Amino acid sequence: MSFFLMPNPVAARRLFLGRSGLVLSGAAVALLAGKDALAAKSGAADPQDIQILNTALGAELEAIAAYQLGAESKLLQKPVLDLALTFQGHHKEHADVLAKTVVKLGGKPVLAKANYNFPIDQLKSQTDVLKFAARLEQGAVSAYLGAVPLFGNRDLSKAAASILGDEAMHWAILRQALGEVPVPSAFMS
Amino acid sequence: MTPCRPWLAGALALLAFGSVSAAPDTVHGEQVYARCLACHALAYDRVGPRHCGLLGRRAGSLPGFNYSEAMKNSRITWDEKTLDLFLAGPLKTVPGSTMTYDGIADPKDRSDLIAYLRQVNKTPECRTPMPAKP
Repeated sequence: MSFFLMPNPVAARRLFLGRSGLVLSGAAVALLAGKDALAAKSGAADPQDIQILNTALGAELEAIAAYQLGAESKLLQKPVLDLALTFQGHHKEHADVLAKTVVKLGGKPVLAKANYNFPIDQLKSQTDVLKFAARLEQGAVSAYLGAVPLFGNRDLSKAAASILGDEAMHWAILRQALGEVPVPSAFMS
Repeated sequence: MTPCRPWLAGALALLAFGSVSAAPDTVHGEQVYARCLACHALAYDRVGPRHCGLLGRRAGSLPGFNYSEAMKNSRITWDEKTLDLFLAGPLKTVPGSTMTYDGIADPKDRSDLIAYLRQVNKTPECRTPMPAKP
């Protein structure tokens, strides 16, 4: 099924959202934000865990800005625009819960930058924007995959894996929208 | 011309094959580089610093990039050897680095990635990098 071959954009969007389960389950939110027990012993938090969360937070904040750039570019047509805003919403949820968890663990969350460097001159069409987003999402999957084994707290590993799953869905759907094989391999690296 | 002995020709062929198969694969290196794209770009700084000009650069030295103290104090200069070591285990090589990534376990993946980073440095994208932010 090509996202662009559907005759009715509204139907296409409904089909896409319905089939792909794009609504965030809330598992990551619950896993991270619900760790009040961790907050109670924040003094014992592993500084490396806080750093991992902060690095992830920095990337999530940049992803939010990237989707904002795409949304404001006037290059995205509905329903792709709606899809981008949905994904941006997920990244906002990730960032919010990561920042709260850093605070709970006794750390200081990184803030969004005033300006981000994006290859604006290379974004001239909807396809360009989708490819740009797909590259970021693929990188995000790899980044979370590389972070999961590093946490001292295995609850945080589980939570990061939950976010990883969401990023992987984004990547697959963006590839589908680009007419590429949505899931190109059995394993991620 | 002296005829080539069959065993010698065979040995030379094996040597030639061996050297080709061991050569870095920059196409594969670019595929490996996709793992870096959540945080890095070639020509501009993101969550991580830009990679144009990486080989030969002193670690933690790009003006305007907010490095960790650990990276700034690492006294590393990036070359094939130091990059290979770092990519195998970033936090083991530079404890306290903000590159909280488990590393690239496969030596071939690392060598291809490093070869790609060296090759890409000659491309137009890296010849005119965006300026670092103040």
